[in-house]
Amino acid sequence: MNLRSLLSLLVACVFALVSPSAHAQDLHQAAQDLGSSDKAKVQLAVENIAKSSDPAALALLEALGKDSLRIDAAGTPFVAGESNLLSPVFGGSAKPSGALTTPLVDNRLRRQLEPALASLKLGFPDAKVRLEAAKDLAKSRNDDLAGLIRTAAAKERDAEIKTALGLALAQIDLHGADKPLKLAAIAAISAAADASFKPDLERMTGRQGKATEADLDVKNAAASALGVIESRLMLISFIGNLFYGLSLGSVLLLCALGLAITFGLLRVINMAHGELLMIGAYSTYAVQKLFTVYFPAHQDLYLIFAVPVAFIVTAAIGMVLERSVIRFLYGRPLETLLATWGISLILIQTVRLIFGAQNVAVANPSYLAGGVEVLPGFVLTYSRLAVILFSSAVAGFVWFVLQRTPLGLHVRAVTQNRQMAAGMGIATRRVDVWTFGIGSGVAGLGGVALSQLGNVGPELGQQYIVDSFMVVVLGGVGKLAGTLAGAFGLGIMNKLLEPAAGAVLGKIVILGLIILFIQRRPQGIFALKGRAAEAM
Amino acid sequence: MKSRFELMLAGLLAAVGCKGPGEAAPGAATSAAPAAASAAAAPAAATPKASDTGPIKVGILHSLSGTMAISETSLKDVALMTIDQINAAGGVKGRKLEPVVVDPASNWPLFAEKARELLQKEGVAVTFGCWTSVSRKSVLPVFEELNGLLFYPVQYEGEESSYNVFYTGAAPNQQAIPAVEYLMSKEGGGAKKWVLLGTDYVYPRTTNKILRAFLKQKGVAESDIMEQYTPFGHSDYQTIVADVKKFAAGTHTAVVSTINGDSNVPFYKELANQGLKASDIPVVAFSVGEEELRGIDAKPLVGHLAAWNYFMSVKNPENDKFIADWKAYVKAKNLPDGDKRVTNDPMEATYVGIKMWAQAVEQAGTTDVDAVRQAVGGQTVKAPSGFTLTMDAKNHHLHKPVYIAEIKADGQFQVVWKTEGPIRAMPWSPFVPDSAKKVADWTYPWVCGNCTEGKFKGQTSTAAL
Repeated sequence: MNLRSLLSLLVACVFALVSPSAHAQDLHQAAQDLGSSDKAKVQLAVENIAKSSDPAALALLEALGKDSLRIDAAGTPFVAGESNLLSPVFGGSAKPSGALTTPLVDNRLRRQLEPALASLKLGFPDAKVRLEAAKDLAKSRNDDLAGLIRTAAAKERDAEIKTALGLALAQIDLHGADKPLKLAAIAAISAAADASFKPDLERMTGRQGKATEADLDVKNAAASALGVIESRLMLISFIGNLFYGLSLGSVLLLCALGLAITFGLLRVINMAHGELLMIGAYSTYAVQKLFTVYFPAHQDLYLIFAVPVAFIVTAAIGMVLERSVIRFLYGRPLETLLATWGISLILIQTVRLIFGAQNVAVANPSYLAGGVEVLPGFVLTYSRLAVILFSSAVAGFVWFVLQRTPLGLHVRAVTQNRQMAAGMGIATRRVDVWTFGIGSGVAGLGGVALSQLGNVGPELGQQYIVDSFMVVVLGGVGKLAGTLAGAFGLGIMNKLLEPAAGAVLGKIVILGLIILFIQRRPQGIFALKGRAAEAM
Repeated sequence: MKSRFELMLAGLLAAVGCKGPGEAAPGAATSAAPAAASAAAAPAAATPKASDTGPIKVGILHSLSGTMAISETSLKDVALMTIDQINAAGGVKGRKLEPVVVDPASNWPLFAEKARELLQKEGVAVTFGCWTSVSRKSVLPVFEELNGLLFYPVQYEGEESSYNVFYTGAAPNQQAIPAVEYLMSKEGGGAKKWVLLGTDYVYPRTTNKILRAFLKQKGVAESDIMEQYTPFGHSDYQTIVADVKKFAAGTHTAVVSTINGDSNVPFYKELANQGLKASDIPVVAFSVGEEELRGIDAKPLVGHLAAWNYFMSVKNPENDKFIADWKAYVKAKNLPDGDKRVTNDPMEATYVGIKMWAQAVEQAGTTDVDAVRQAVGGQTVKAPSGFTLTMDAKNHHLHKPVYIAEIKADGQFQVVWKTEGPIRAMPWSPFVPDSAKKVADWTYPWVCGNCTEGKFKGQTSTAAL
């Protein structure tokens, strides 16, 4: 939509709501004051601009909030757009003269800007913008805006926005003296089960100290609303913990899947597994870097390209490792352990030399930032959702390779009985290389996911190696289903325990439980059956 | 997490002395003052020796490898820069400074060994070094036994004052307490509820103990404080952020974070993804600075706060020069990461410490430790933080200004609040009953860093002289 027509619509709406108290002259003065280093002056200027009916007022405040407002030496405000192109806020063809100042925006100003912008945006034709504005208004109590919100709520047709505005009003009415309004406010709160009203309601009903509400009807209504909110909170925390457990489980699964292949099938205790994760994450970083340099317009797509790159890079490294070191050490677990530990140190140092010891920045693509609020107070973050989906896809891929391809058949045959498989004409050495390659490649995929959640640094892998081994051992060595059960079991257990015991104690309890479990069932949740298991 | 990994390995590689990061016990008091603690001793006019004409050896004790290398390498670099500057200006008392750089490799017992090597073998006049509290605790007995001199440049948990150490970093009342006061104020958002989050080791636990006592004194109810710890390297902050959100609902809440380095990134990312904005629930961090933000995407952190005694973005002639000198030095020496290198608070503290020591040597006319110690007390330096800083002769801590700043998208800071001038350090927190009674005062008649009664109580000052 054309910005100009949008703004003129807005003016019409705002005109009806706010009396024009600031003249154009004042607005220019206020805009100039925004660049002042005196905080009180800036605050006053924002206040005055918010009251103005000029379409430039919204543009000014929006630019201020986005840190894109510049004020030149003459006090003329400009908005810095794409590639720092400056366009004057008040129209015309003014060119910036002298040094530009960027007004300082701090939290105090942001807190002031939010309701100011929201009140200006309430008349917007776009429902999404209005909803955002209504939610912002509901966040903090501002008695001055009562009239404005009431008019907007009466006019509003969209149910969701109406509810949000109702909550914004409830915020105000709850502290008023009018009984019907108060009851209506409590009804709105109860319907929305919004936890942010819990302290207010607790005060009214006397849950904390003396009850501030004298009227019995209101008090009873408040108490029942409080009950609704509390049961909603219980529900949210249960669903939340389940989701967090699922997401932690899928991270663990991604880390452990590769290990399940190399350790579970090949019996190689690969201490460098964590470093393969780390290299996967660095591959993501490298691909991101390439996109920044060569395709800045399609920056967000880097992640999709990083997936195959990370797989190929780590798989290649894994295969080289197998050929050059590990193949000479089959059947000698202690030597393998020490050799791969040495390899992990070499890999860490190599990465340090190439990329530096500092962590590198891997930005989330814009489609993975943020989240969707499925219930008030419970946000499903996109990055976590993506990791859950991604890990399911990777698990599906591994299952497919092992169960449905000739290579998988060979791998399973070699795992069950190497001599027999060799006797049947399977090139066991070649199968080993490919198996190790796939295991390493899957670790690389895990690294891509980790780069979206945490730090990318040379020591990244060391954080996950212990967890990975735990998952594989718990699940039962040599079974894909075991790894799945182990990862999600650990993840969900961890998250259910964390709120009760705290993060540190929770981990300790989990470790204790695993030790007990392994004592009872040394073969893990899923045990290999048949001769192979006995031979081990 | 690293320590956990090593713990596992320890079973296999028991012979290899791997040490995980950890911290020494809190409040472990400094050992008694050395016998030579007659604070009134006038600077002895040292008889000129052959060694008094050659270069002065200066020890630099920072980890250049291992976990702490990321932070400490910059301190070594800035120390060498400052020494270069002093030498270029003619040295101290006409003698050049000769830096002796050793690498204790983030290994705490090795810190003590290297300190001994510096003092006994190299015979350094002074040492600049250490970052973690545990490394400082490790070298402390060595410096006290051999009567060496250490300048420690990093903010720490307090509860210490040694006769042989000068602390140029912040004590809790020069960082943590003002930050909490700011968040309480109307300007900072008027927080009523508090979340104290930290990594599970001594610095966060001690700091939070002090903060909890302070908050209670300010009338904050026990139920309005939430305290949570996470293991080293924790990266899954979903539950904690959800808990913070639940805890904060409907009330102005602030988060005080003593989360250690790396874990900060997943923590801030989770905050942003779950939709908690800095204007709603501000997080103030005590170990996040320019250097820590250099490696990460700072956009999700915008508006969150940090409290330090110096920020690279502070505008004054001293700082402009400091930054320009640093950039030129990085370029001239071709240091890694080149123009991306930044200055930060511990670097400034190192710079100030070296200048102060050089002035004290000029004044004392000798590098003799007892004489220099007397001269360092009361020494002033015009610092890049924009103020003239004084070394407190009594508690050996620097008077420092406090800045509170918001993180900007480019990883720099925008100052939103500052003290009018430098404030005096209180190494023993007045808010913790046990330490409130203790006094750190190296002047007559106290002459101790950790006592409730003066050493020369009841004697008149003339008698001691």
